[in-house]
Amino acid sequence: MTDIVSTAPIQIAGSRRRYFDPGYWILNLLTVAFAAIWFFPVYWALATSFKTDDEAVRAGVNLLPESIHLDGYAFVIQNSNLPIWYVNSIITSVAVTVLAVVMAACAGYAISQLKFPGRKLLWYLILGSFMVPVSALIVNHFIIIADVKLLNTHAGIVLPMLISPVTVIVYKNFFDSMPREYREAALIDGANEFQLLFRMFIPMNWGVTTALAIITFIGAWNSFLWPFLVAQNERMMTVTVGITAVQDTFGVAYARVLSGAVLASLPVALAYLIFQRKVTQAITLSAGIKG
Amino acid sequence: MTTKNRRSEYLVAAVLVAPFVLIFGWMFIYPTLQMLQLSFTKSPLIGAGTWVGFDNYIKMFNDKQFWTAIWNTSYFVLLTVVPGTAAAMIIALMVSRLNGWVQSIILAAFFLPYILPVTVVYLIWDWMLNLQFGIAQFIIEPFAGKRVNVWRTLPWFMPMAALLTIWWTNGFSILLFLAGLRNIPRELYEAAALDGATRWQVFRSITWPLIWPVTVLCLTIQLILQLKIFDQVYLFAQGGRTQATMVLVQLIYEQAFQKNAGGYAATIAVALFVIVVGFSLLQFQLLRTRGGNK
Repeated sequence: MTDIVSTAPIQIAGSRRRYFDPGYWILNLLTVAFAAIWFFPVYWALATSFKTDDEAVRAGVNLLPESIHLDGYAFVIQNSNLPIWYVNSIITSVAVTVLAVVMAACAGYAISQLKFPGRKLLWYLILGSFMVPVSALIVNHFIIIADVKLLNTHAGIVLPMLISPVTVIVYKNFFDSMPREYREAALIDGANEFQLLFRMFIPMNWGVTTALAIITFIGAWNSFLWPFLVAQNERMMTVTVGITAVQDTFGVAYARVLSGAVLASLPVALAYLIFQRKVTQAITLSAGIKG
Repeated sequence: MTTKNRRSEYLVAAVLVAPFVLIFGWMFIYPTLQMLQLSFTKSPLIGAGTWVGFDNYIKMFNDKQFWTAIWNTSYFVLLTVVPGTAAAMIIALMVSRLNGWVQSIILAAFFLPYILPVTVVYLIWDWMLNLQFGIAQFIIEPFAGKRVNVWRTLPWFMPMAALLTIWWTNGFSILLFLAGLRNIPRELYEAAALDGATRWQVFRSITWPLIWPVTVLCLTIQLILQLKIFDQVYLFAQGGRTQATMVLVQLIYEQAFQKNAGGYAATIAVALFVIVVGFSLLQFQLLRTRGGNK
């Protein structure tokens, strides 16, 4: 991720480092120490998940597990609904990601490239909806989803999570900056608007598309409040909601509970570690900073 | 352009925006309007209600629980927004001094909590702070003189919830600060170095003024985000004195889903709506006056 921060303070230090500069090293050491403290809770959860339940509550501070025990993992997988929750999470998160991104790309393209009545109005509605708290709408989302008999279904979990004004805004801004000539040339060659969007505009903005898809996926996987309300049947829960139910049934069995937690965060943690740069780009874009 | 062409362009546009507009109308505009209408009725969560005019609003302003929720939410905002943004700025300044793979690793250590699901954050900290076996009790004990059951001790609840919220969500602000720091022209630092400026002078007269717009952005984004606090507080308060630690979204949840008072829940939702939109407009105004990016 070197391209994010190639900042100058290094330069100042560099010009002074002809002499030994203790301040420089002390600050670096402090940074590393602080990062270690910051990361410790995550490490501690991982370490505990590899212990046995007895070992986890043994007196004193045992920073390293005696050996890598996978008992906790085996136990949650065999004795809870975690596998089903996983399937639910994958289905709903993938559905939200694909639908939200495609819908936003289409809408962003139309608003950016086409002229149609109501275009301005739609754009201002989208910009305005940016500031509306979706958590204020939970009661009415519940009523609407209950009305169409979709409580405790995947569709019911997915539907309210599809509103993604930010994604439309990002797409519109990127499509706006595409050179006009490309579009005109393709139109003269007889391409239609759908081909333009899917064969040219999206492929040429593939970087943004993957960044938006990854951040949408992480958001969908992690969302708590709505899936918690709409999936009351334990077999319809997502992993994010379900792992607290594990805690309720297992009681004080922290190795098992934290094994569940590690499994629940695995897909998003991997998505971040593999696509660090994309995640960073998506976050700065969604805050309105061109990355 | 001929009329026929224009009409076909309308048609294509309609097809392209249709899915989004449909969902946007159904899951956003309609529930917003329905929420307003519901707030003027006395009705259960599911089922017909009766029109009661402003009764729910009068009830809300006289409801002690509502004011407790307002106070707790404000307290939480106070404890997270400015301290969190300050921490993010310090971390970003620290990370930006590093280079190459060291920087990548250190940044990942600070950022990783941000992508964890809230329930995982809850389980991690529930374990860290466990009264009997929690490793964090080794730090709490010398300060408090005894082990503290953090989530059952009122004065500890909100500060601790705020602390771990900062821990959890700060990655976002850190990235914004890093992007802001990168945009500061390096020549300024070189000039300052030639003039023999100290670290503090460089920060005070170059970094701080140039990073100020990002600071404002982070503060307002955090403010709006934290007003909607629910997950952490709900999870940690389970089984405890939920009434005393109640926040706004939680009150909506309680009224609608536990007390089956759909109408009154919608009224509190309208209050939250007004508060958040109010602050958002303020943010919009602030960003515009600084010649922002919208």
